[in-house]
Amino acid sequence: MSLADLGAAIAEAAGPAVQEAFVERGQELVLRVTRQGLLPVMALLRDDPRLAFEQLMDLCGVDFPERAERFEVVYNLLSLTHNRRIRVIVATDENTPVPSLMEMWPAATWYEREAWDMYGIVFEGQTDLRRLLTDYGFEGHPLRKDFPLTGHVEVRYDETRKQVVYEPVSLTQDFRNFDFLSPWEAMTTLPGDEKVHLTREARGQIEDNSGGAR
Amino acid sequence: MSGSSAMASGGGPLAASADPAAFTGETNARRTIEVDSHHINFGPQHPAAHGVLRLILEMKGEVVERADPHIGLLHRGTEKLMEYKTYLQAMPYMDRLDYVSPMCMEHSWVLAVEKLLGIEDQVPERARWIRTMFAELTRIANHLLNITTYALDVGAITPSLWGFEQREHLIEFYEAVGGSHYHVNYFRAGGVHKDLPPGLEDRIATWAAQFPKFLDELEGLLTENRIFKQRTVDIGVMTAEQAMAWGFSGPCLRASGCAWDLRKSQPYEMYGQLDFEVPVGVHGDCYDRYLVRMQEMRQSLRIVHQCLERMKPGRVKVPDNKIAPPSRADMKRSMESLIHHFKLYTEGYHVPEGATYTVTEAPKGEFGVYMVADGTNRPYRVKIRAPGYAHLQAMEALSKGHMLADAVSIIGSLDIVFGEIDR
Repeated sequence: MSLADLGAAIAEAAGPAVQEAFVERGQELVLRVTRQGLLPVMALLRDDPRLAFEQLMDLCGVDFPERAERFEVVYNLLSLTHNRRIRVIVATDENTPVPSLMEMWPAATWYEREAWDMYGIVFEGQTDLRRLLTDYGFEGHPLRKDFPLTGHVEVRYDETRKQVVYEPVSLTQDFRNFDFLSPWEAMTTLPGDEKVHLTREARGQIEDNSGGAR
Repeated sequence: MSGSSAMASGGGPLAASADPAAFTGETNARRTIEVDSHHINFGPQHPAAHGVLRLILEMKGEVVERADPHIGLLHRGTEKLMEYKTYLQAMPYMDRLDYVSPMCMEHSWVLAVEKLLGIEDQVPERARWIRTMFAELTRIANHLLNITTYALDVGAITPSLWGFEQREHLIEFYEAVGGSHYHVNYFRAGGVHKDLPPGLEDRIATWAAQFPKFLDELEGLLTENRIFKQRTVDIGVMTAEQAMAWGFSGPCLRASGCAWDLRKSQPYEMYGQLDFEVPVGVHGDCYDRYLVRMQEMRQSLRIVHQCLERMKPGRVKVPDNKIAPPSRADMKRSMESLIHHFKLYTEGYHVPEGATYTVTEAPKGEFGVYMVADGTNRPYRVKIRAPGYAHLQAMEALSKGHMLADAVSIIGSLDIVFGEIDR
C-alpha cells in the first residue's frame, strides 16, 4: 500500500477529525488533525492492527506567529510492525489546550512538558506540566519566535553578595542579525534589462543557469 | 556489645527498663521499626550521574519509591541557536549534542538537509562509504565509553583504563579527518568536508585487526564477572511492550527483545548493501543492555572492514558549487569559484520549503531531526529527537522497587549523555 493510499484510508476511517492527509516529498505521510479529534485518531493509529503505530517517537511544537492559531504540535509516530512512520500535526494557540497523550504513551509526558516549557502550549489532562529544561523560576517560553535569542536575564556569581544573581542582559555589542536574503539566484535580470529577460525566457535560459556559464 | 546482644534476644535489661509492662519474659518479643520515607538529592555533581543529572529520589529505607529526574542543567538552547544560523553554521552544534558520538549526530543533520535539498541521490559513493565507516567507528567509540564507565559505576576500574586506550585510537582517526578530537564537524550536506588523508585507511585497517583481541579481553573482564553480574542481572527490567510505550530505541529496545534496527529496517546511506547482524537481548535488564552493546561493537567492526574493502577513490562532495565549496585550486584561477566560495560561507545555501523527520540509528538509539525549512538559508525550526531523553524519562519505571545502588547501574546501562538530552 502506498503512503498516499494509507493516508486516504486513515482519513476515511477517522472521519472529519482528519482535516488533511498528504505525503511530503513522496516520502513522509502527514496528517493534519483537529484538536478534538486528536485522541480518537491517535487511538486508531495505535490500536488498529493494520496501522499499529506503537511508538510515539517525538513530539514538538513549532511556532508560526503570523497564523491565527500560531502553534503546531507535531507528533512523529513509528510502527515497528509495519515499518512505517507517520506525522500528525495539530494546530493551537497560546490559550487553547491540546489533549494530552500521557494516558496512551507514558513517553509523552516529558515531550509535553518540553513543549509547554519552550512554547507555552498547554496540554489538557497532563498531570505533571512542570517546566523541564529551563532554569528553576524561569519566565517566558524561549523557543517562541518573539523571544529574543539573547534572552532577558543573565546569571553571574556576585563576589560581594556571595551568591548567584540574575540581571538584565547587557550586551557589549548589539546582537546583529544579518540579512542574507540577497538576490544571488533570483536577480537574473538587472532593472532596465527587461528586453534581455524576455529573450532569455524565450530561449529557456532562465530556469537552468544554476551551473553557471562554464 | 552488651546492648546489641540484649536487643537481639528481644528482652534483657534495656527493654525491661524502658517499658517494664511490655516485658513478659518471652525471648522472641516482636519489635516494630518505623522508617520514614525520605528524599535523596542525587547529583547534579555525582560521578555516577554521567553528567549533570539531578535525580530526586524518594526512598523507603534503601529502596527507591519514586525517581524524578531534573534535567536541563546543560540546556544551551541549541534548537533556538540553529534558527539563527545557516545550515552550514548550524552543523557544529550537532557535535556538541551527544559529545561521545559526534559523527552520528552530524549524520542525521546532513541526511535531513540532503533530503530537503533533494540531493540524496547525488552524494558521491565514496563520501557515503566514508560516512558509513565513521558512523560505525563512532558507534564503537560510544559503546567503549559507555561500557567502561558503566563498569566503573558498578565497581570495576580496569575496563575503563583499557577501553580509553582503544578509544584514543578512534579519536585519532577523527583528528586525522577533521583536525579535532571530538567536535570534528566533518560531514557535510552533499558529502564530507575532505577526503581521507593518505594512509588513514591502512591505519584503520591495522587498528581493526587488533580490536577483536581487545574485545575478548574486555568480555573476559565483565561478561562472566560475578560482581558485575550481581549488580546488573535482573536489575531495571523492561518488557518489550513497556519499552515501546516509553519510546525506547537502539540497544535499550533491542535488549528487551525487539529486533529493531534502523540500519536494517529503514536502511540509509550504505547499510542496505552491508552484511551485519542485529544482536537482540532476552530479558531487558541491565545485563542484557551490556551484552547487546558488546555484540554491536563486533558487528560494527564487520561493517568497518566491509567499508574499507569496498571504498574506491572518487569524489567526496557533490559537484554543485552552490552546496559544496569549490577547490582551493579553482579559487585561485576562477572568479566564479571565488564568488561561489564567498557566497557559500556568508549566505550559505537556500533550502526549499518543506519539513522532514529524518532518523539515523545512533549508538544510543533513534536520533531524529525534525526540520522545517521555509526556503531561506536558515532552518525555520529544528527539533532534535534524542534517544537518551526517552530513556531517562523511564528512570522511575526502571528503578522503582530497586535499591539505591541499582539506580546507578540503571543510569549506566541506559547510556545517558546530557549533551543530547538537554540540548
